Amino acid sequence: MKTPVLATIVVAVAAIAGGGIAFAIASAKSGSKAENPPADAEEPVSVAIPSDRNQPVQMASVTRSSSAGPAAQHHVPADQLEFFEKNIRPALVKYCYDCHSVIEETSRGGLVLDSKEGWQQGGDGGPAIKPRDLQGSLFWKAINYQGKLEMPPDEKMPDSVIAHFKTWIEMGAPDPRKRQKADFKTVITAADIEEGRRTHWSFQKPKANPGASIDKIVNAKLQQAGLQPSAPADAYTLLRRLNFDLNGLPPSLSEIQKFAAAFQSDRESAIRAKVDELLKRPQYGERWGRHWMDVARFAESSGGRNFSFPQAWRYRDYIIDSFNDDTPYDRFIMEQIAGDLLPVKTDEQWQENLIATGFLAIGLKHLDQKNPRVFEADMIAEQIDTMTQALQGLTVACARCHDHKYDPIPTADYYAMEGIFRSTRTLYGTARVAQNHRATDLLLLPILDKNPLGGSKGRGRSIAETKAKLAETQAQIRAMGGRRKSKDVSGEAFNKVRELQRNAQRMQAELDRRNPDGSLKTFGMGVQEATEMVNASILVRGEVDQPAQSVQRGYVQVLGDLNFKATTQKSSGRKGLAAAMASKDNPLTARVMVNRIWMHLIGKPLVGTPNNFGISGMRPDNQELLDYLAVRFMDHGWSVKSMIKEIVLSQAYQRSSTYGAKNYGVDPANKLHWRANPRALDAESMRDAMLTLSGRISYQRPHASAVAEAGDGHASAGGVDANNPMRSVYLPVIRDKPDESLKLFDFPDANISSASRSQSIIPTQALFMMNSDFSAVQAAGMAKQIAGSYRNQSDQIRNAFLWAYGRPPTSPEEQAAGQFFNQYQPTRVVAATPSTTTAPQGKGKAKGGKKGGKRASKRAGGSSSGATAANVMNNNQALTVFCQTLMASARFRILN
Amino acid sequence: MNFLNRRQALSTISTSLAFAAMSTRNALAQGSNPMAAKPTHFPAKAKHVIVLFMSGAPSHVDTFDYKPRLLQGGSAGRGKLMPPLAKFAQRGQSGLWISGMFPNIAQHADDICLLRGMQCDQPNHPPATRAAHTGSAVFIRPSLGAWTVYGLGTENTDLPGFVALGNATGVNFGSAFLPARYQATPVNPGVKADSGRGGGRGPTTDEAIPNIRPTLANRNQRTQLDFLKKLNQEALRQDIHQPAVEGIMQSYELAFRMQDSMPKVMDMSRETEVTKAMYGIGDSATNAFGTQCLLARRMVESGVRFIELTAGGWDHHTDIDEKLPESCSKVDKPIASLLADLKQRDLLKDTLVIFASEFGRTPTASGSGRGHNNKGYTTWMAGGGVKGGYSYGATDDIGAEAVDGKMHTHDWHATILHLLGLDHTKLTYPHAGRNFRLTDVHGIVAKDIIA
Repeated sequence: MKTPVLATIVVAVAAIAGGGIAFAIASAKSGSKAENPPADAEEPVSVAIPSDRNQPVQMASVTRSSSAGPAAQHHVPADQLEFFEKNIRPALVKYCYDCHSVIEETSRGGLVLDSKEGWQQGGDGGPAIKPRDLQGSLFWKAINYQGKLEMPPDEKMPDSVIAHFKTWIEMGAPDPRKRQKADFKTVITAADIEEGRRTHWSFQKPKANPGASIDKIVNAKLQQAGLQPSAPADAYTLLRRLNFDLNGLPPSLSEIQKFAAAFQSDRESAIRAKVDELLKRPQYGERWGRHWMDVARFAESSGGRNFSFPQAWRYRDYIIDSFNDDTPYDRFIMEQIAGDLLPVKTDEQWQENLIATGFLAIGLKHLDQKNPRVFEADMIAEQIDTMTQALQGLTVACARCHDHKYDPIPTADYYAMEGIFRSTRTLYGTARVAQNHRATDLLLLPILDKNPLGGSKGRGRSIAETKAKLAETQAQIRAMGGRRKSKDVSGEAFNKVRELQRNAQRMQAELDRRNPDGSLKTFGMGVQEATEMVNASILVRGEVDQPAQSVQRGYVQVLGDLNFKATTQKSSGRKGLAAAMASKDNPLTARVMVNRIWMHLIGKPLVGTPNNFGISGMRPDNQELLDYLAVRFMDHGWSVKSMIKEIVLSQAYQRSSTYGAKNYGVDPANKLHWRANPRALDAESMRDAMLTLSGRISYQRPHASAVAEAGDGHASAGGVDANNPMRSVYLPVIRDKPDESLKLFDFPDANISSASRSQSIIPTQALFMMNSDFSAVQAAGMAKQIAGSYRNQSDQIRNAFLWAYGRPPTSPEEQAAGQFFNQYQPTRVVAATPSTTTAPQGKGKAKGGKKGGKRASKRAGGSSSGATAANVMNNNQALTVFCQTLMASARFRILN
Repeated sequence: MNFLNRRQALSTISTSLAFAAMSTRNALAQGSNPMAAKPTHFPAKAKHVIVLFMSGAPSHVDTFDYKPRLLQGGSAGRGKLMPPLAKFAQRGQSGLWISGMFPNIAQHADDICLLRGMQCDQPNHPPATRAAHTGSAVFIRPSLGAWTVYGLGTENTDLPGFVALGNATGVNFGSAFLPARYQATPVNPGVKADSGRGGGRGPTTDEAIPNIRPTLANRNQRTQLDFLKKLNQEALRQDIHQPAVEGIMQSYELAFRMQDSMPKVMDMSRETEVTKAMYGIGDSATNAFGTQCLLARRMVESGVRFIELTAGGWDHHTDIDEKLPESCSKVDKPIASLLADLKQRDLLKDTLVIFASEFGRTPTASGSGRGHNNKGYTTWMAGGGVKGGYSYGATDDIGAEAVDGKMHTHDWHATILHLLGLDHTKLTYPHAGRNFRLTDVHGIVAKDIIA
């Protein structure tokens, strides 16, 4: 074990982007004092909560300890109190309360001035008053009209009043006014929690019978129901199923032939060998990593105004590598929630652990939020929501505004977790530009990228030159009097200063990105412990200006104590939280994960609501099976690969998907697993399979991502789209702007944790298969390969079927293909002129081509060679259309 | 073009292609298209539905639910009451109270039936939105539009029966356990409804429905689709019960026909400049939603059964005094024009227009905005056999909670199906061993609102 190599791992990185003056927010440097005071200075007092939902009683000791302050005053020495009451309170009431008080229900800019806590916490610009620090106090600057804010807005206060404020701030800003705390009444009692723990299936630890197995459990149920399961699947069906399930790709022609032969001589060992092989391929991590990316709502932009997360790809690669390395799932959880706090031996490990915490940082963020407290509360809610759904199958965030409606999760549990994350700093970067009020620093990573992006963009200057130029620019700005009053936004001088400031900002950002020797620093997204640890106050209805009693940091009570240690002033409790979630004593963790694994392999989860194992979620179809899998998972060191292997080697997995009327009559939903479930290929598998058949697929992992290459600022994919031959998992993911062709096939919404994909079948998918450039290009690629390998038509037909379906054609299929070639007469396909609103399709005419013009040339940027249907459909047209039809057919799109 | 002619023209196309289109087992077995119009349980008031979904939850107390008590200020329960942000006035012959937030819609008061006692179970957007669409906040269930098309079929089998404008997809527009053909086909009319950026032109068909233009000559595409049909039939021969295979087959048939029919529906060139201007097309604020509204009218004319439009951006937690008027101004004129246009073409009588949201907002201030309120809010309906100039249900004196004429999501769904001639207790589908309903075991039809 060694201490982390870097003392400071956080630096300010002001990003470059055009447009507007940066909204400067205090950049938190490691080691600097946190500017937020602890939210609760009160002594812990037990709080009245009702036990039988009507009668308030003292809180029982098993429930959360929380504290609410009596409505007392802050202690202030008598002379200072007199000064305050005589000079300060009346001035505040007269000049400020109208817009900045809880009583008046107004908090312009998020600031309230009617309590000490109000100005300590401050508003959009941070704390309003820093005792004994006039120049550091925004309030002082505002009342003196120095800077952007001018308060009160209509007219300055009289000089005498301003003088009183000066005296008062220099005195230390003594203020007796204590924020009146609301009293939050919970309806969930300790007894309710206890009852929930005792009665709800998922809150009790899973148990498994010794000697049980998947097939014993499944077959016993089938027998009970008097059902005969479907026969084992044949070699072709099974190979295709295994390849898509484990690697997300179709088997190659030679793989099919080899496996079919091996299967014939020794079925069992052929399957085992294939499974081992597939689990070892790097494509395994890409396939299963993508499943986790759904759950982790992976995206490379903020959503909302959609600022770029140029470092998010590191977390993507971390996920893929973790699955390939078969990182134990409990370890995988620890790294993502508290990687920054785990002991490490090497810089590599340290780097990986930091990147893993990107899980907490990559979520949806409304960066145009001006109020920092609202922003923080929303961000933490998003973190808690994703984390509890993804890792625990619980919807804890429902308890943010009120006690959970269904589960025994009181609001206090939510705020116990909120305290952990308020004691954590989330570092997601983003460009410091006008519309972005909430940019942060990034994590500085210990290992430099070998080929850093933007390495050449040094603006032609050396570090020393840039420093000199920056100093010169700053001097110029000072000479011009700095930023003029905000109301005067038109003058030439103002514009000049603004331009200089932008330049200065750009240069500062450039300097921040580089080491003294000129090399680029490496940054990541993730979390760190905050400098000061706080407990959170319950917020009535989740409103930041309605704090009630504060709550000790902790975790969801109904899951038992899970060794969660009471937190100290030195730790947020995040590591303990991670350990509680990664614990074998946690009744949910293993169950939730094996349910996901089962779903991806079998096609349906055992618990129909994979992100909700609570009371409002569905009960397991077969709890014995779920619990058996959960126990096995933990017993085998939380190895995902072992779990997958056990499932795919079971008879239940290997059955054919053939329909049986009798079985269907008894169990139409196939809850008893009498057959394999036919499933539609998901968006990525479809696309990757088509790219495979065309021979265009690239297995190369891209360095970084298109979003990273496009840089900071508003997120852009830089023209890289689905026409690029990289595997789908590496395509850029921009929130609210999913790649259209992936979205068409149910790519999930990256704003929230996605438990399972929907499987839509819509005519616009059919149009994509028939008419898209992508489909034409892949068909042409496949046709070219087939034509190059096989001379006569019947060989071409047979091998095209074998490749596309993973099995030889049936004789009706072969006949239909023959008829197709007899009938098909190529006609020249031409590019159409760009369509307009006024040009509907003429009827009956042979109209060829596709949109040309703008769209096509835009696509060309995606390194897809700009190929359109018109470009590729004129060579070998019949064979191309034949291949396209195979890919469009149900047999290709559905996995049996 | 007169809409009857258009319909005839479209049906001619569908006949001419019918033999190519008929390929599902279902269709072959029954000798009819599974999407063909079906008889109702009882005579229908409405034949088409246009849902105007205001995603994010607009404030009812500033728009359609007049609470003079709020003008007095003071506090209630957990906060300070925020007075209505616009003046209310009585509108039309009926004297319905509607605020100045929607000056154009207010002019159609006499066609509007306000439902002021709305309630739902969930105060958070995603579950409440799911409940509004599918009746269930938690489970994956068929969308109201899917149930409608399942129940009624469609009038024009060359077009989807259920269209989601604004490219809306996902569980709210899905068919869940109903056959795939009932789910919404997303159509993106060029600009996002809530982007606020117009550009002053209508959408191109290619943008609205990618890949709508056939690559191959008509004859060649027919040869291709015949081959495809044989492959899919072979898949069904090997294993007879495969809903997904049938769904895929039907999707190609419809797609093939849509290549001809859809550009015609999307073609705005026959609309006069006066009509376009009336919908606000060309104005940056209203271009997006105006385009959706005009397309919705054209789809109703073409026989699309259920059309849903989405306007986002209503979640006004902050600066509601500025943001609410902005949001209203994007939809007010387009919606008012849609009502006027439908009426002028005599389509309003059998087109049910529904103005909806997942919930409403609190009468109390929360910062500079209003919070979520699922206990009481307002939606409205117009046309399709509902009473115009009518107000049904009421909230308490501050608009916090429904107290009279309560209409829960299930009641609302039951009422909508009723207007379409469907008994919500009889519109069932067998799944996983039992019969499912949109309204589960709930739902009371609000017969009072039926004209």
